[in-house]
Amino acid sequence: MEIHLPNSAFLGNIDPFLRSYNPENKNELYITFNNDWVSVHPVVLCMVTSLGLNIRKINGRLLCRKPFATSKHYLERMGLFEILGLDSQIKVKSHESAGRFIPITQIRDSQELHTFITEMIPLLHSEPEQVEPIKYVISELVRNVFEHAESKDGAIVCAQYYKKSNVIRIGVVDTGIGIQNSINFSYKTENDLHAIQLALTPGITGKTRNIGGTETNAGAGLFFIKSIAKVNRDFFMVYSGSGMYKLLKTPLPSTIKLNRNPFEDKCSKNNELPYWQGTAVGIDISLERHQKFDSLLDLIRQTYFKDIKERKKERFKKPKFI
Amino acid sequence: MKEIKLFDVVGSFAEDKDIAKEIRVNEVMPILDKEEIVFNFLNVEGATQSFVHALISDLIRKKGINILDKVYFKNCNDTIKKIIGIVVEYMQDEEYQ
Repeated sequence: MEIHLPNSAFLGNIDPFLRSYNPENKNELYITFNNDWVSVHPVVLCMVTSLGLNIRKINGRLLCRKPFATSKHYLERMGLFEILGLDSQIKVKSHESAGRFIPITQIRDSQELHTFITEMIPLLHSEPEQVEPIKYVISELVRNVFEHAESKDGAIVCAQYYKKSNVIRIGVVDTGIGIQNSINFSYKTENDLHAIQLALTPGITGKTRNIGGTETNAGAGLFFIKSIAKVNRDFFMVYSGSGMYKLLKTPLPSTIKLNRNPFEDKCSKNNELPYWQGTAVGIDISLERHQKFDSLLDLIRQTYFKDIKERKKERFKKPKFI
Repeated sequence: MKEIKLFDVVGSFAEDKDIAKEIRVNEVMPILDKEEIVFNFLNVEGATQSFVHALISDLIRKKGINILDKVYFKNCNDTIKKIIGIVVEYMQDEEYQ
């Protein structure tokens, strides 16, 4: 496998990075970096880490080219080399991380998730109402990994606050069975992108075909998260298998409408990307355009019930007049 | 009437579905036919839809919507109230009755 950290890879321009990933030869991973500058979304770091940890587990070959880029210190502080057991030969002064980033962290169970959420809050140095959706997003995404991904390594998570744009960017990645295999337990899907579409539709879960889900799963988690991004006019990306769905920013002054079908949102999608074994989710949360979580819930409520009613109508049998 | 102080078990952010399920299965279901239940959210600042779903959806599914006459939600902030409202509303869909 080969993965290259480019000059820039954020959700808006992440496609070339995804296309450049080479998933062939699972026994070897070669990590390379742009020579001049590396500035990437946390989801990118989580993806690299997930692959590296897999290689470590099978005692495969992990080759990491020595980074020359000025931003190598950033990669060091985010914990990329440490978590992969690599000696970066970089000496960095220990900066106070509060208000800047949450280093790459592996979360394998509920207790680790609880600890992570508790410890992450002071690092963000944000107002309580700004922290609320961030906690929400991380909790729901990581729990999705626990429940659906069948990932032996749990979830890899990291986040960073960007002062200039006043945005928190979050990545949650696993190398489990992927969305299509998970959804296929209850729905027949045509391909990875179709599975992602279903996973983002409210009320649909891989656990059951019942609208509304099971005793512990309602099929609403990803819809809520996409809605948080939509309401705040931010990016949101899901990449699984060969499929990738990206919610694009809703520009001002367009009004926000939550759609049942994610493809009706302003989005880009691709079903021919290099195969990612598992799921990678990236989201940006703007603190500047931050909408009150309460208002968001009102919008979600309206959409959710409209959706369930429409789906029920679809299932109603009608007399056939001939 | 049995009161369950959620902060004591989930802390200020109620997101652990496993705990929600434990409470429902071990503390609520066995006594629900005889006693009223109060979920006390005092000092709980936030909750996920997943948590609330795991806590109450199966009560409604198994006992019917009228079970809500015996279940109370105390000291909820506006956000938590709305999340509970969403779960209760979608569980009242006749699919689940």
